[in-house]
Amino acid sequence: MSKLPVLSIDNIPQAVALSDRVHWVGALDPNLRNFDIILKTANGTSYNAYIVRGSEGVAIIDTVKENFASDFFTRLESVTHYDEIKVIVLNHLEPDHTGALPELMRRAPQARVYISQKAQSMLKALLKQDDFEFTPVITGDSVSLGDRTLQFFHTPYLHWPDTQCTYLQEEAILFSGDVFGCHFCDSRLFNDVVGDFRFSFEYYYAHIMRPFKDYVNRALTLLEPLKLNTILPAHGPLLRDQPQRYVQRYKELSHSALQSEISVGEKTLLIFYISSYGNTRRMAEAIYEGAMSVEHVRVSLYDLEGSEISPFVDLIEGADGIIFGTPTINGDAVKPVWDLLSSLTVINLKSKLGGVFGSYGWTGEGVKMVEDRLRGLKLRVPIPGIRIKLIPTEEETQLCREFGHEMALDLMGLRQAKVIDIADLA
Amino acid sequence: MAKASITFEDINVTVTAPAGTRLIEISEKVGSGITYGCREGDCGTCITKVTEGWNNLTEPSVLEDKILRENMAGKHNRLACQAQVLGGTIKVKPV
Repeated sequence: MSKLPVLSIDNIPQAVALSDRVHWVGALDPNLRNFDIILKTANGTSYNAYIVRGSEGVAIIDTVKENFASDFFTRLESVTHYDEIKVIVLNHLEPDHTGALPELMRRAPQARVYISQKAQSMLKALLKQDDFEFTPVITGDSVSLGDRTLQFFHTPYLHWPDTQCTYLQEEAILFSGDVFGCHFCDSRLFNDVVGDFRFSFEYYYAHIMRPFKDYVNRALTLLEPLKLNTILPAHGPLLRDQPQRYVQRYKELSHSALQSEISVGEKTLLIFYISSYGNTRRMAEAIYEGAMSVEHVRVSLYDLEGSEISPFVDLIEGADGIIFGTPTINGDAVKPVWDLLSSLTVINLKSKLGGVFGSYGWTGEGVKMVEDRLRGLKLRVPIPGIRIKLIPTEEETQLCREFGHEMALDLMGLRQAKVIDIADLA
Repeated sequence: MAKASITFEDINVTVTAPAGTRLIEISEKVGSGITYGCREGDCGTCITKVTEGWNNLTEPSVLEDKILRENMAGKHNRLACQAQVLGGTIKVKPV
């Protein structure tokens, strides 16, 4: 086995050869513990940037976070001169990959920047200037470096609208941006020699890619047919050993396990509630009963006090409709409901059916607040929520049954369309 | 006065409203999922997909076009706080 490169962060930074023509020129950030507020990392991260040398010029693929620009430039200078740089590719414009861009553009003014179509307004906002030229590219476009060719694949929402992957055809290397990346810092760099980063890989997917599973699947249809000798992501280990395993893992993670339990033509409706004196629970049970009366709707009833949040998030991801029951206490919905609702940004909720109900003692604002939150999360809320003062009467319980029935009908597309004149609305 | 018929597809509700009414006013009253922020054509929160009847809405102003572009709005998108109904049939849904 060839000798492994050893990088000490105390030494003068050097580029690391990945092939005769490709070098890693990124930076290590072992002290980072929190990334973008939403992600923790127990051993830091890396900002991976790369150089590709062709017979007619050099390409830089991504840069690093601004604080680490000095490491990036020192590594870059160890393998190229600025006047050789013909192309700068930005796979993703988030500042941890573009922090050194303004200075790189200053040092290599002749270089042409290549970004995705969707990245144009972001690039202008990032650089706060309009007087520079760049080339927007889409899937199928490529740029030649003479005997090396870079081909572009637009992979939107992995994990920003602008994200793209860049493929070095002659060496079957995919520069994947944040896709297949993770926050894991190890100076040994390569996936077959670094420490165990499986947790970091899965954790990164769960927080960064999971909300965009549909887009991940679309991107995989572009990337899977490629021959892949190596995947070089923008964070974490460089995937030279069995890169296809990571593509396969993304595929597995992007398909819902729960779906396989549900028959074709069946829809799932989840009812979550929390109750202090049993009144919101009674409402939940009546709604459950009403929803059960519609064929092909699989209804489930959950007490929020009975579980941690994470399994509920998994359930909601696979569900077609969600109904929340919350009492109103001191003019607000209760904390366990908000805790669950604030945990849903890691999944795609768009167009799921939503509804709210709850018992209250004074004014009952909680229901409307949660309805607004559901709309903000892009759920459909077709039926106004039900609020009942304290203990539901038999009549009010029947209203709850009807609410559940209507929600289930809506889920199945069986609810009667409503026509109203605006003058009749308050 | 001319009236328009506006269907909010997310909640399957059709509303008849007089010409000149802004989409957001109707949407708010019937509880469609079109969310909003400033209601002044500045924040882009109320971007709405027009699935039918594009020509039955007032034309977008230069400022609305600018906000739509900045927010990377797709084809046939409008700001619900700026678009006024003119008549005929219109179908919309939240983006």
